Amino acid sequence: MKERWITIFLDSFWKILLPGLKLTLPLTALSFLFALIIAVMVALIQFADVKGLKQLARFYVWVIRGTPVLVQLFVVFYGLPSLGILLEPFPAAVIVFSLNEGAYASETVRAALEAVPKGQIEAGYCVGMSWLQIMRRIVLPQAMRTAFPPLSNSLIGLLKETSLAANITVAEMFMSAQRIVARTYEPLLLYLEVGLIYLFFCTILTKLQSIGERRLKTYGGTK
Amino acid sequence: MSLLEIRGLRKSFGSLQVLKGIDLDVNTGDVVAVLGPSGSGKTTFLRCLNFLERADEGSYTFDGKVFDLGKMKKQDIAGIRRKTAFVFQNFNLFANRTALGNVTEGLITARKMTKPEAERIGREVLDKVGLSERYDYYPEQLSGGQQQRVAIARALATDPEIIFFDEPTSALDPELIGEVLNVMRELASEGMTMLVVTHEISFAKQVSNRVVFMENGMVLEAADSGEFFAAPKEARVREFLRTLREHGN
Ligand SMILES: Nc1ncnc2c1ncn2[C@@H]1O[C@H](COP(=O)(O)OP(=O)(O)OP(=O)(O)O)[C@@H](O)[C@H]1O
Ligand SMILES: [Mg+2]
Repeated sequence: MKERWITIFLDSFWKILLPGLKLTLPLTALSFLFALIIAVMVALIQFADVKGLKQLARFYVWVIRGTPVLVQLFVVFYGLPSLGILLEPFPAAVIVFSLNEGAYASETVRAALEAVPKGQIEAGYCVGMSWLQIMRRIVLPQAMRTAFPPLSNSLIGLLKETSLAANITVAEMFMSAQRIVARTYEPLLLYLEVGLIYLFFCTILTKLQSIGERRLKTYGGTK
Repeated sequence: MSLLEIRGLRKSFGSLQVLKGIDLDVNTGDVVAVLGPSGSGKTTFLRCLNFLERADEGSYTFDGKVFDLGKMKKQDIAGIRRKTAFVFQNFNLFANRTALGNVTEGLITARKMTKPEAERIGREVLDKVGLSERYDYYPEQLSGGQQQRVAIARALATDPEIIFFDEPTSALDPELIGEVLNVMRELASEGMTMLVVTHEISFAKQVSNRVVFMENGMVLEAADSGEFFAAPKEARVREFLRTLREHGN
């Protein structure tokens, strides 16, 4: 019994880790990158109070945050084909996770933008800078510092959430584990194993977060 | 020669009328002190002059060009801002830039100067305010007095025709006020045109050549500095000066 467990554990380790490296991590990284771009744009639109666009931004955040990501995955992957839009599983997952994470992250970024003292924006105007220049060079860099810990948190959350992509046939880590369970009938062992690998990935991200935070702590480091 | 001429400046916040028709003349080389009780509209007035706040009406003559404050165009505002500078009560330094970065930022982005050229000017103005040892320090690594001197250097870097100061020493610990006032004194002696909202009566007495006393959104008295302090006309001004003296100013 014990030996069988060890054999299965070792045999399946690479079979789970490999899809993790080939699918889970790229899915997480790509989605998070696009989410950040969406988040900054959506946050800036609201921060600048762009008429019309601001309502659109609020609507987007409202819809995304108000519906389960699983439903969003199903709508995009299984629903859109009836409108003639056929997507491969992986791109469909990237689109859904980007839009989903983008909505949450935009709220984080917006709060961080609001936290930058308004006086610095006025000072920027007084030395002749334009709104965009002030945002790009003064406000956003400071806001991204503030937003770094909560965004790291979101990244860790997203990594685990990508397991939902199994539902739209993306053969990422969780689905790989499921397949091995179907073959070996060892659910406890394999689900613990895949959990362990998620834990391993998240530990690395947590470590990176604390290194990043230490670096960003003060301007000019310790002088 | 008149550099800045304001006539009938009005400003309301909602239904609250804060400025009720302000007139002001500033000649090149003037140091004008703006005094007045809290809430009289001094800050709002100064902010209107640099368009951080938009006045409702009034006429604004700068460098011989006349503008209608009710309908300022974007490029008019940009044009005036190029020739003016603002020093805030709470410094408002860019937290993510060093002292030198704070001073050069506007030169590089707004004036399209090359970095070496901007840094040459930046070092020059930081030296002038006595911060040659602090080029690479971030605002959070500087004392309040040093931060305000960086802010003054940032104002000087753009070579303005006038600098607006809004209570530049009010946020400072008492022992740090002197270093900032000394820098301002030096600027005055070099002929820099300045409009200074302040509660530092002795500074106003020594450095300004004109005084404007505001109350309740209006100019109650405007006079040459000597005259103003020797024999203020308005009873309200006399009372204000007496109260300040009693509080050890
Ligand atoms: N953004 C604003 N919205 C509404 N009311 C404002 C705003 N800014 C200023 N006020 C009001 O306008 C009046 C004048 O304020 P202001 O700050 O110009 O006075 P001040 O003379 O600078 O006072 P202090 O000496 O305390 O700095 C006050 O009654 C203030 O409450
Ligand atoms: Mg004020």
